[in-house]
Amino acid sequence: MTEDASAAPEHTLPEDTTPDWRDEIFAVLKAANIRQIGYVPDAGHARLIELSRADPAIRAVPLTSEEEGIGLAAGAWLGGQRAALLMQSSGVGNCINMLGLSKSCRFPLVMLVTMRGEWGEFNPWQVPMGSKTQAALELMDVLVYRVERPGDAAETVAAALDISFNGGPAAAVLLSQRLIGAKRWVK
Amino acid sequence: MSAPSGGNDPRLDRREAMRLLLADRGELLLVTGLGSTTWDAAASGDNARNFYLWGAMGAAAMIGLGLAIARPDRRVLVVTGDGEMLMGLGALATIGLQCPPNLAIAVFDNGHYGETGMQASHTEATTSLCGVARACGIGAVFDIADMAALGDFARHARTAERTLFARVAIVADEPPRVLPPRDGVFLKDRFRRATGAE
Repeated sequence: MTEDASAAPEHTLPEDTTPDWRDEIFAVLKAANIRQIGYVPDAGHARLIELSRADPAIRAVPLTSEEEGIGLAAGAWLGGQRAALLMQSSGVGNCINMLGLSKSCRFPLVMLVTMRGEWGEFNPWQVPMGSKTQAALELMDVLVYRVERPGDAAETVAAALDISFNGGPAAAVLLSQRLIGAKRWVK
Repeated sequence: MSAPSGGNDPRLDRREAMRLLLADRGELLLVTGLGSTTWDAAASGDNARNFYLWGAMGAAAMIGLGLAIARPDRRVLVVTGDGEMLMGLGALATIGLQCPPNLAIAVFDNGHYGETGMQASHTEATTSLCGVARACGIGAVFDIADMAALGDFARHARTAERTLFARVAIVADEPPRVLPPRDGVFLKDRFRRATGAE
């Protein structure tokens, strides 16, 4: 869409320089020396995926299903690298048995999970897994942190990375649907 | 009893096959899948550079991928069974896209689930693992049914600058179990120490 410059409002707001929370999360992943990022695409992760793929120090690995990422992260750690996983809440259900690998071997594991099936969900089929995502993770002894506000995203991811890579259990950060913005369904 | 390898037998003895793959292994890093390939590796001699899966069925190839990416200075060999590979078939698509030059995957295919009562697997009737690997973009695929070809594969796995996949036809038998350590934390920490990751 083009806009006639003469039609611009007389009093424009100053440019918003607040960094995007997604960019802040990526900076935290970089600071933690994350070298492999396994992901199953999700609209809420689009920016992080783009940044990961563009970074020569990071190997971005698209997965066919989320549980592959648990193995990838374990292999990375065996080789002395740190990995993080990006997935949607529905993908957590695919990971349940594999989370036993992390627990049995005490592998570090950090999962960033974009939520579906909650705030403003248009698709009822997303609700069954989305509404049980946190409980399912906790049943497998994964620490769960939820982010509702943009300003909390980076420090919450940093906390999850700290605890898991310092010998703690697997940790998941749930990025709420309210934070991401409900998916618009235009028909 | 296991059938002898060589001669006209179209299937190999799994223990002999594993011994050949690991002969003079040097710095080779090994990941084995849940079940018989873990016992086969233990029967060839426990080694700190082995990471055995006692669970997480379907994860062996993906662990190999993460490890191969993390350690471009080392060769990584994954040896797993047909049932374990079938459970993580998507991993071949993921690996086909990455194709690290230092990763080799060998699937010991006896067409059966040996740990659960020798029920037939999909590979016995219809699924071609080599076909899947090729279709996923893995360029160097070997269908192996004799020890000479396996020896060639073992050499490639130490030198080739591309991802390798082999389906190794093995006899559907159950040699005596040889169990490696089963404490996951011990196996992980031992592996990392032995390979300089910690």
